[in-house]
Parts: sequence; structure tokens; C-alpha cells
Amino acid sequence: MLSADALKRIDREIAKYPPDQKRSAVMAALAIAQDEMSWLSTETMDFVATYLDMPPIAVYEVATFYEMYNTEPIGRYKLTICTNLPCALQSASEAAEHLKRKLGIGFGETTPDRMFTLKQGECFGACGDAPVVLVNNKRMCSWMRPEAIDRLLVELAAEAGQ
Amino acid sequence: MNAPAEFLDYGADAIIMAGLNGRNWALDDYVARGGYEALKKILAGKIPPATVIAEVKKSALRGRGGAGFPTGLKWSFMPQQYAGEKYLVCNSDEGEPGTFKDRDIMRYNPHILIEGMAIAAYAMGCKRGYNYIHGEIWDTYERCEQALGQAYSAGLLGDNILGSGFSFHLYNHHGYGAYICGEETALLESLEGKKGLPRFKPPFPASFGLYGKPTTINNTETFAAVPWIIRHGGEAFLALGRPNNGGTKIFSVTGDVARPGNYEIKLGTPFAQLLDMAGGMRAGRKLKACIPGGSSMPVLPGEVMLSTDMDYDSIAKAGSMLGSGAVILMDDTRCMVRSLLRLSYFYFEESCGQCTPCREGTGWLWRVVDRIEHGKGRNGDLDLLLSVSDNIAGRTICALGDAAALPVKSFIKHFRDEFQYHIDHKQCLVPAYV
Ligand SMILES: Cc1cc2nc3c(=O)[nH]c(=O)nc-3n(C[C@H](O)[C@H](O)[C@H](O)COP(=O)(O)O)c2cc1C
Ligand code: SF4
Ligand code: FES
Repeated sequence: MLSADALKRIDREIAKYPPDQKRSAVMAALAIAQDEMSWLSTETMDFVATYLDMPPIAVYEVATFYEMYNTEPIGRYKLTICTNLPCALQSASEAAEHLKRKLGIGFGETTPDRMFTLKQGECFGACGDAPVVLVNNKRMCSWMRPEAIDRLLVELAAEAGQ
Repeated sequence: MNAPAEFLDYGADAIIMAGLNGRNWALDDYVARGGYEALKKILAGKIPPATVIAEVKKSALRGRGGAGFPTGLKWSFMPQQYAGEKYLVCNSDEGEPGTFKDRDIMRYNPHILIEGMAIAAYAMGCKRGYNYIHGEIWDTYERCEQALGQAYSAGLLGDNILGSGFSFHLYNHHGYGAYICGEETALLESLEGKKGLPRFKPPFPASFGLYGKPTTINNTETFAAVPWIIRHGGEAFLALGRPNNGGTKIFSVTGDVARPGNYEIKLGTPFAQLLDMAGGMRAGRKLKACIPGGSSMPVLPGEVMLSTDMDYDSIAKAGSMLGSGAVILMDDTRCMVRSLLRLSYFYFEESCGQCTPCREGTGWLWRVVDRIEHGKGRNGDLDLLLSVSDNIAGRTICALGDAAALPVKSFIKHFRDEFQYHIDHKQCLVPAYV
């Protein structure tokens, strides 16, 4: 179900923990699975459970506890913007409004063409760079004032078009 | 991931962040700055572990993660004669709103953390360690992976380090978006592959930690201070700061300042000097309020802050706490009700739900502040907020409950008029909120 490359990466994570503590790799394994599948279906989570010798329920618990796992289908690009107080004081509130206006959706929603999902985030530990936007969990974009947001949206739309 | 140069100006007193330009993070660069000399000195000299711990005690280094607990004392709680595995864990789950210093340490000077952890592992007899890194800073996680690879290749980690007979295996582990995993026992649960639910204490991690084994957890910046202490001596570190407040501290400055960023200063430096380093308040604005230690700590009025020094004891005397060293500044255009509303939402959202006072109380706090902000406040709401806060604080498994209650109590204490105005007039006293 996951590619050979993904399994190799999961094996590398498993090796970080004592042999009888394979389940410690579940967070990394779910992140790797999500990168490949875009979201975590029950099928994907069951696969991870079998791979790590864990009860499926224990995997579901982890996937639903941590914010960055997508437990529902999402758009091609998940954009998460931090709006916590330090960022809000450095114009993240305006950046968030700008994103909502440009995409025509609110927090927790996906554009009808399924290109973008918008989420409100809590502190990324990068407040000095506010406003900060995360693209699909992995790419952090700093100093995202409205012009920078416009450029990012154009860039992502172009990338998707290729 | 390289920041503009102004972000790399950590100040003239920096020791952890000294000489960094955003590119010189690799092993060779670190060694050229004198890196790994402390570890080599200990291993070559076969310095007894107890002597290393004594040196850290002398330095008066206090935990940089929030609680400010004396590091040497914490290390001495680890059972020395324990036969089984002991673990060392670094808390890099930096998620306290306003804090972004551990990210800079890890991306611009990752080897100082590795060296600090190796020394700590030697002092406490740990053979395995984990660095738990905040999930949102993925490129920093990747850099830490690279740095570990360099250290293993050079024989600075792994079996029989530099032929000394001492072995230490260190690994990176990433979080995936849960503030509560910054709490040390939630972090351990998370490392074990579970939901990050804080554990009851006692037992403390030194007796029952990761996989039930003796474990010591310190913050990234705490470990990063250790190589300097070993190279220059605990007394020299202490002398940089003040009695009981040794060394330098990295403060993350955010809010209405000209240059938000990280500044490493000697503990005891006047706040006004730190504010200067950050370029002062935004043009023409006055400091109205400051949260000096991350969003979980009490807010202080600007004028109180301006006459306070930046160390654990001075900030405590002024009525707040140094916490994680996140200095959040608000100018006279800011509405205190709205600011508190955002923080209250955060704690409501991040409560893990295990304890009734925290799960229910954080929801109450958020809803009541929300109705005050939106012109639906009732007389008696301020007393209600205070009573809910009192019913959370001290009655929960972990300190997130206190973290939710302290801001509320302090905002009302210092800015009660502003809250009352909202309730009486259904509008803001400071309409210029931007
Ligand atoms: C809700 C909560 C969040 C916390 N978040 C962090 C954090 O992000 N980083 C950190 O180092 N400590 C955090 N702490 C403090 C840790 O529990 C622990 O005290 C610290 O990691 C110990 O290291 P130190 O002694 O070196 O400071 C948090 C505590 C609580 C209650
Ligand atoms: S105080 Fe709150 S966050 Fe901490 S254990 Fe209890 S419910 Fe969870
Ligand atoms: S408050 Fe937004 S990144 Fe910290």
C-alpha cells in the first residue's frame, strides 16, 4: 500500500528506538504515510498498525490527537497560518483575512476546486518571522504580508498546473 | 531558511549564538569556534561524572524551558548506580507562544546542542538520548538529522566515543502539532508512540521516565549552555549573570517592536536595554503591556517592565515569571480584552482534556472573554473569570491549567478598567486595534 521508498524511510525511523519499542515510530510513520497519500484513511492507518505491530485503535488515537495529521481528505495544498497573539501583533490577523478573501473560504474549509485547504494554526515556534504560513506541514513561509501571499498562491497554482 | 542579517545579530554578550552568520552551522565551523573541546576535555581527562555535575551546580544554570529549575540539582536526582538503561531527552518542542529561540539554536548551531547532550549523558550515565523537535519546523528537523550524521561520522556520537569507552546514541524525533507535548511527561508519552497526555507526578522522570526508565529532560537552550560551562568553569558562567541567575539567556522579542528577533543577553540586563536592542517600540508608540516569559506568564504594565531587570528573581519580584524567555510587547493601540481572548482560545484549544477543571474551565474562560469582547459582557463577568481561574489553578495534573489561569488573572488585575469599559459600553476603550 505504501511505496518501497516510504517503507524504507519508516524502517529507518523504527531503528531509532529499542527493538521492543517499535510503536515509538508511529508519529514518523504516519507523517511519511501522509506525505504519500495526502491524508490518513482508515485503510492507511490499519496498514501502519500492522507494520508496527500496534492495535489499530492505538494508531487512530495518535492520528486524531496531533493537529498536523489529516484525518479527512484535504485540498492539494494545506495552508496553515499562525494567528496566535505574538503573530497577531505582527499583522497575522490581516494576513489571515487576506488569505480567506483570496481563497473565498474560511478556516477549516477547502476551495471547490480542491486546490487549497485553509487552517488556523497555533504557535509554530517561529513568531519572529510573522506572519508565518505552512504549506503541507513541511514548507514554512515567513513574513507573509499580502503581496507575499499573492505570490505564493500564484506559485502553487502554477506548480499544480504542470 | 536563512534569515536576513538583522535576525542574526544576537548581541555582543552572546555565548551560545556567538559568531553565527546563518551558514556556519556545520561540524567544521563549530570545531573552528572551539566546539567539542569541552567534551574532549572530559573524556581525555576521565573527569568523574560527579565533578561535571558539581560544575553545573556552581554555574547556577537554571532550566530555560519554563520552570527555571536548577539544572545541576536535577541531574543529581538521576540514580547513579542504576543497572539498566537510563535516558536523556531534549525538549525542543518549542510551542510556547512567543518563543522561537530553540529553533535558532538548532538550525544555526546544532552541534552545541549535541555536545551539551553528550556531556550531560556522560555526567548521568545515559547511553541513549532523544531530541524531540516541534513538528512545524521541518527544515530545522532535517538540519538536526544532518548534524547528527556529521557527529556520528566524526566519532563524536555512537559507541566508544573518541576511544574513551563512553558510548552515547542520540536520535531526533519530531512532534506533529500538539502544544501539550512541551510538558515533559506528555512529551515522554508522545515519544512512546502515544497521545501526549501528561502523567501524574510523582513518580518523577528521574525514577520513572521514558519506557519506565530513569530519564532526565532538559530544554534545548539548557543543554546548549553546558559546553561553555565546562570550558570556562561554572564560576565564570555564574559571574556573567547574577547570584542564583547564572549566565546568559536568549530572549525572543515579539509584538510592537521595530526588530522582533532573538537576543542573547546576560541575566540581570535591564529590560530597557533589551528593548533598545530590538529597535525600540514601533515608531511613536508607548509600551503599554509586556508578557515577559511566554504567553503562560502574567502580563505586566509597561512602566513596571521598564524598571525591571531581565533575570528570574527580578521578574518574579515584579510580579511575573521569566518562563521560556518570550517577551511579548504591546503598545498603546492594543486592546487588552482582545489580546486575552486570543490567548484564552489557545489554552482551550490545547487542553488535553484529562482533568475536568482544565477541560471545562478553559472553555468557560474563553467563552466569557469572548462575550465581553463582543459587547455581550455581563456585570459580574470579571469576578466569574477570577473564580473560574482560581478553580483551575493548582487542581490539575499538569501546569497547563495554571498557564490558562495566570494570564486571565493578571490581565484583569492590571487592566480591569478596560474590561469593565467593554462590559459597560459594549465597545472598546482602544478602538485603534490593528
Ligand atoms: C503546557 C506546558 C508546555 C511546556 N512547553 C515547553 C516547551 O515547549 N519547551 C520546554 O523546554 N519546556 C516546556 N515546558 C516545561 C517542561 O515541562 C519542562 O519543565 C522543561 O522541559 C524542563 O527543562 P529545563 O529544566 O531545562 O527547563 C512546558 C510545560 C508545560 C506545563
Ligand atoms: S491540566 Fe489540562 S492539559 Fe494538563 S493534564 Fe489536565 S487537562 Fe490535560
Ligand atoms: S505565535 Fe505564531 S509562530 Fe509563534
